[in-house]
Amino acid sequence: MSYSGFRILREALRGHRGWRPLWRDPEPQSEYDIIIVGGGGHGLATAYYLAKVFGQARVAVLEKGWLGSGNIGRNTTIIRSNYLLPGNQPFYEFSMKLWEGLEQDFNLNAMVSQRGVLNLYHSDGQRDAYRRRGNAMILSGADAELLDRDQVRAMYPFLNFDNARFPIRGGLLQRRGGTARHDGVAWGYARGADRRGVDIIQNCEVTGFVIENGVCRGVETSRGTIRARKTGVAVAGSTGRVMAKAGMRLPIESFVLQAFVTEGLKPCLDGVITFGAGHFYVSQSDKGGLVFGGDLDAYNSYAQRGNLPVMEDVAEGGMALMPMIGRARLLRSWGGIMDMSMDGSPIIDRTPVEGLYLNAGWCYGGFKATPASGYCFAHLLAKDAPHETATAFRLDRFETGHVIDEKGVGAQPNLH
Amino acid sequence: MLIPHPLLGPRDAQEFTYLGDARLIDRPDGMAEGAGAAFHDYLYLRDNPAGPHRELWYHEHGDRSWLVVTRDTTTHEILGAELVKGPGR
Ligand SMILES: Cc1cc2nc3c(=O)[nH]c(=O)nc-3n(C[C@H](O)[C@H](O)[C@H](O)COP(=O)(O)OP(=O)(O)OC[C@H]3O[C@@H](n4cnc5c(N)ncnc54)[C@H](O)[C@@H]3O)c2cc1C
Repeated sequence: MSYSGFRILREALRGHRGWRPLWRDPEPQSEYDIIIVGGGGHGLATAYYLAKVFGQARVAVLEKGWLGSGNIGRNTTIIRSNYLLPGNQPFYEFSMKLWEGLEQDFNLNAMVSQRGVLNLYHSDGQRDAYRRRGNAMILSGADAELLDRDQVRAMYPFLNFDNARFPIRGGLLQRRGGTARHDGVAWGYARGADRRGVDIIQNCEVTGFVIENGVCRGVETSRGTIRARKTGVAVAGSTGRVMAKAGMRLPIESFVLQAFVTEGLKPCLDGVITFGAGHFYVSQSDKGGLVFGGDLDAYNSYAQRGNLPVMEDVAEGGMALMPMIGRARLLRSWGGIMDMSMDGSPIIDRTPVEGLYLNAGWCYGGFKATPASGYCFAHLLAKDAPHETATAFRLDRFETGHVIDEKGVGAQPNLH
Repeated sequence: MLIPHPLLGPRDAQEFTYLGDARLIDRPDGMAEGAGAAFHDYLYLRDNPAGPHRELWYHEHGDRSWLVVTRDTTTHEILGAELVKGPGR
């Protein structure tokens, strides 16, 4: 189904009875070339690029709930390519370039808005670290600007510049960063994949793998056995649970991350701001709510809801950064389960089981990665070789010592 | 969350810092054959279960003891807590 101004007028006159679902609801076939487990952003993007770029048509996406019920529908929608390390930054910049052409590519309005992402710094040391990061970004082809205090004040006069402990000294700005509509991203990829023949099968939980002589030949599901030449798993927060069914222990722990939104306000914040001292970040949605979040709840969790201490901490961060936020009422809060990896960076790789591929470890930053993650996973599944921007995302990097630890905190996932 | 400290009674989880899976107590022998692989598994791999999880909490703002807390990761319900025993203490 497609949209136009004329169509909207016509439907308005006909009581909106002519709208049709954007994708089919097919019965699972008994066999596919490639199965993607997980109908989140990454799974759907993988299927889309498999069909569109790599000419694979016999593809199915198996989703245990409804499409977009996971983190793709729970995140705070920030997109950016402001990483430091050479294993990460070219990948995220590739993703940013895909974002820039995404709506034209899948012809759906995903409300990609390059409104700028500003990371504040509060000390000389932090400024120097941001200068280095900015240079790394520029070397990868991304944009970065180091702002001083006056430049930040001109953009956001309402911030608390004189916090006694953490005065704002300036910030690192990526103007091409911003936000996108998370649901729109899932829908655009789903419709694009469906139109090219991909079967998107909802309410179909993968309960095991068909492994014969060490080779994965498909999956067991709540709707029967489905065979495939290759199986790619992209289940984000459920990675540990699902891969345990293939007998694998992974360098991943699951944690809950919360987010918050206030009542709708008049436009007051046109970009994304992150507090460099506490863990707090905020933007304003197109509906007017301030959308913000902070730290993980620091213990393993699959509960999809967080606890009050982190809420309190986030609220304190907000008050320290922009005191006017205290006037807004909180409307909702929610949580999503994060697949936190041991170095804070993702995995897009083959596994020790032939025919079984893994896309995981996205931590709290996987939304911005959605286009590139899908593209690179599709590349790996179609060609059995990693995409040039994803060669570092190996599953065995912890064994070989090639970890990609942006923060340098070590194997402590709740600190990444 | 309230953690039932074996000596101090119920304590707010905010008084503790969290380390992770209690299997971190079982540090491999660095001198044994195959220690490299054993340390990789020890340091990096996790069961990451959905359900009861034995995990290490440190009573940093309290008596500075290490506890093994058993907690259900799907509900956050705490099923028990005991002091870490042995040389790792
Ligand atoms: C509160 C919050 C804020 C965030 N903010 C940002 C942000 O601002 N910027 C950013 O870049 N990232 C952000 N993230 C992270 C980002 O949302 C995730 O990293 C990303 O969405 C994960 O990939 P996905 O979309 O494929 O995951 P999901 O949408 O979770 O997809 C995984 C799917 O797998 C399905 N599944 C699980 N088990 C099975 C099974 N056995 N069989 C079949 N299907 C199964 C699930 O139902 C789910 O639909 C945030 C996350 C949260 C929770």
